[in-house]
Amino acid sequence: MSAYRTDDCQPWVLPVVKKVERLIVEDESLNHEYLPILGLPEFRSAASKVALGDDSPAIKENRVGGVQALGGTGALRIGAEFLRRWYNGVNNAATPVYVSAPTWENHNGVFADAGFKDIRPYHYWDAAQRGLDLTGFLDDLEKAPEYSIFVLHACAHNPTGTDPTQEEWKQIAEVMKRRKLYVFFDSAYQGFASGSLEKDAWAIRFFVSEGFELFIAQSFSKNFGLYNERVGNLTVVSKDNENLTRVLSQMEKIVRTTWSNPPSQGARIVSKTLNSPELFEEWKGNVKTMADRVLLMRDQLKAKLQALGTPGTWDHITQQIGMFSFTGLTPKQVEYMIKEKHVYLMASGRINMCGLTSKNIDYVAQSIHEAVTKVQ
Amino acid sequence: MSRPGSSPDEKGVSQNGDPGGQCPLFTNTLNAPVSPETRLLSAFARDTQARKVDLAGREYYSEEGKPFELRLVGKIKQQLSTDPTLHPEYPSSLGLREFTRKATEVALGKHSRAIVENQVLGVQTPGFTAAVRLGAELLRCWYDLSADWCGPVYLSSPCDDSLAGIFQAAGIQEIREYYYWDDKQRGICLERLLEDLESAPEHSVVVLSASAHYPTGADLSQSQWAVITRLITSRRLFPFLLLPTQALCCGDMERDAWPVQHCASLGMELLCAQSFSHCFGLYGEAVGHLLCVLKQNSVLLPVQSQADKIVRSLWARPSVGGAHVVTTVLSNSAHLVEWQGEVKHIVERCMLIRAILREKLRLLGTPGRWDHLTQQGGLFCCTGLNGEQVEFLSNRRRVYLLPGGCLNVSAINCRNLDYIAESIHLALTSSL
Repeated sequence: MSAYRTDDCQPWVLPVVKKVERLIVEDESLNHEYLPILGLPEFRSAASKVALGDDSPAIKENRVGGVQALGGTGALRIGAEFLRRWYNGVNNAATPVYVSAPTWENHNGVFADAGFKDIRPYHYWDAAQRGLDLTGFLDDLEKAPEYSIFVLHACAHNPTGTDPTQEEWKQIAEVMKRRKLYVFFDSAYQGFASGSLEKDAWAIRFFVSEGFELFIAQSFSKNFGLYNERVGNLTVVSKDNENLTRVLSQMEKIVRTTWSNPPSQGARIVSKTLNSPELFEEWKGNVKTMADRVLLMRDQLKAKLQALGTPGTWDHITQQIGMFSFTGLTPKQVEYMIKEKHVYLMASGRINMCGLTSKNIDYVAQSIHEAVTKVQ
Repeated sequence: MSRPGSSPDEKGVSQNGDPGGQCPLFTNTLNAPVSPETRLLSAFARDTQARKVDLAGREYYSEEGKPFELRLVGKIKQQLSTDPTLHPEYPSSLGLREFTRKATEVALGKHSRAIVENQVLGVQTPGFTAAVRLGAELLRCWYDLSADWCGPVYLSSPCDDSLAGIFQAAGIQEIREYYYWDDKQRGICLERLLEDLESAPEHSVVVLSASAHYPTGADLSQSQWAVITRLITSRRLFPFLLLPTQALCCGDMERDAWPVQHCASLGMELLCAQSFSHCFGLYGEAVGHLLCVLKQNSVLLPVQSQADKIVRSLWARPSVGGAHVVTTVLSNSAHLVEWQGEVKHIVERCMLIRAILREKLRLLGTPGRWDHLTQQGGLFCCTGLNGEQVEFLSNRRRVYLLPGGCLNVSAINCRNLDYIAESIHLALTSSL
C-alpha cells in the first residue's frame, strides 16, 4: 500500500492543504468554467518551476512547458502517447522503451497501451549487493539501440528506494547523450524523499543543464497528500520555443481525446500553494515533516535489527530513500512474515516505510529477525 | 523513417560537443491543425469590439453571462471541506462506490431490472470525454476478448467534433456518419437516419444522443426511439448513448434518461456516457460516468476487470472532489429537492429565451421557420444558418456561432437579445 501515514497510522491531510482548500471554497471570484485542455496555466508553470528550479535557464529561455494531467499516471500516458506518435519518426511503435528492473508495476502497462511494441528491462537492482547495479545499467545503456527511450526515476526509486549517486548520474547521462537515448523522468516523490525539493530534483536539473530535451512526469499525490485529486503535470523541456509550441499543440490533441478538460480542484490547491511565498514555505515544512518521519523509521528499524543481532547487513535500509525499502527478504521469509507474524509486505520484500510507527516498529523488527533466523 | 539528426548539417552541430548541440528531437512534429472550436475561441478572444457575443461556449451561462455554480453546490463544497471524516485515500480505479451506484440509478431508474439482476457496471471517469474514451476502449474487446473489434462506429451528422478523435485514439479507425439533422426540415429526418442504419454492418456501434443533442438540440421522440430500437435489435447493432446534460433538457432527470431506460427495459446491452458537469455546474471538476448494461451477469466480472486494466494505464483513478458533491446531493432527499429547484430554473430560463428569440424573429419578419426553437430543449439549438451566414455573423456582427450554425441558448440574455435577433435577421436578409 503506497500512501503516507502518520505515527498513528492515519492518512495525513497536510495543514497547508486544509488551509488552501478553505481559501478556495471561500473564493467568490473563482470562475467555474472548464479548465483549458492543457490545464490551469498557473499550475503548469509552477509545477515545472518546482522541478527545474526558480532560476532554471531552460525556463528563462522559454523552452519549458507543462501539460496538466490526471496524476503521475496521466502524465506518463500523455507523454508516452506523444512519443509513440512523434518520436523517432512518425508513428514508430517499434522504438524500444526501457524500464528499470524492477520498476513500478504500471510503467509497462502505460507504455504498452500507448502503443509501444518493444518494452524491455534495464539492469538496476543488484539483489546480492542490495544496491544499484551500475555496471549492468551502464552496459544496457551502451547496448540499447540509438534513440531508445529510458524511463528514469528522478528520486526515491520505486520499489527499491535505491538511487544513483550524483557521480553515478553523471556517468549515466554521459552514455545517454552519446547514444542519443531519450530521457523520460518519473518524478513522484520530489521533497518527500530527502525532505529537500532541490536535492530530490538534482538528477533532473543536471540532465537539463547538460542540454537534454526530456519529459518529466510529475505527481503531486504524495508530496501534497492529494491522492484522490489526481494532480500531475508533464513537464516538457524542448530545444527551443518553436519546438515547444509544436509539441504542446500535439499534446493538446492527445489530451482532447483522453479526458479533454482536466479536473481543477487539485491543481488549484497546488498552484495556490506553490505561487504564494508564505504557503510555499509552509508546504515545504509539511513535506519535511513527512520525509523526516520516514527517515526516523529507517534509522530506528536499522538500529533495532542491529541490536537484535539479526544476521546480514542492514545498512541498505538507511541508504535507501523514500517510501519504499527493499529489505532483501526472500519470498519464503516474506511468506513467514505475512502468515506467521501478520506483517504485510510485497513478495519482492518491498516494505512501505510509512506503515511503520513507534508502536509497531519493535514488533516489525522482531518479526524480520525471526524470519531471517528461522527461514532460509 | 527519418531520424532526428540524420541530415549532415545537424550532424555537424552535434559533433561540436556543444552541450546544447543535440538537434531538436521532434522535428517531425507538425503543428496540430487548429480545431474549428479553438479557432472560434481565439477569434472571439482577439475581437476587441465591445459588442461581441460568444454563442459557441459549452457551459450554461447565467443571466449575468458567466458560468456559475449552483448555490446548493457551493454550500455542499463548504460542508465537505470542513468534514473531518473525509480523508485523502486513493479511490479505487473504478471510482467511488457510492457515486457509481447513484449515477447508475439516476440513468436507469432505481428499480431497473438490469440493476436488480446485477447486469450493470458503473465506472466513475474524469469527465464525459473520459467516459466515451473508456467505452470506446472497452468496445475493442466487448465481443471477443481474443479478437480486436475495430468498428465501424456511426456518429450523428452533425455531432460533437471531438467524438471521432476519441474513437480513433482508442484504436477504432472506421468512423461513419448517419443522417440526423435536416436543415430544410429544421429537425431530424428519421427516414434517412433509418436508411443509413439499415445498411450498417452487424455489430456496428451507433452513438445516439439520449437527450439535448449537441450541437443541434434536436432529440428523437419516444415513438422514433421505438422504431430505432427495433432496427438496432434486428440488425444486431450496439447502442452507445450520450447523456451529457441530464435534467437540463426537460427539467426532469427521468424524462431525459428515458431512452436509456427504454433500451435497458428491452433487454438490450448498451454503453452510456454520462456527465454531471452541466447539471451540477461542476465544469472544472470532471465528473463523468460510464454505464455498461450487459446481456448477462456472467460477463460482469470480465468486463469489470477489463475496465480496471484500461483505467490503470490511462488515469489510474478518477478525481473525487466533484463526485463527492454529486453523491451528497443525490443521496439526500432535501438536497435533491433544492437541486431540482435550481435545475428547473435553468431549464425554464432556456425555454424562455427560446420563446422570446422566436418571437423577436417573427416580429422582425425574419424569413424561415423558427418553430423548432421552442420544440427543442436543452442548451443548444441549430439555427439552420449556412456557412456564409455564420461567417457574416462573426465577421460583420461579432456574433460567434458554432461552425454548423448552432448556438448556446443560455449565452443569450436581456442585454444582447435584441442585437442577436437583429443580427440573425440581417444574416438571412442581406444579399451575401
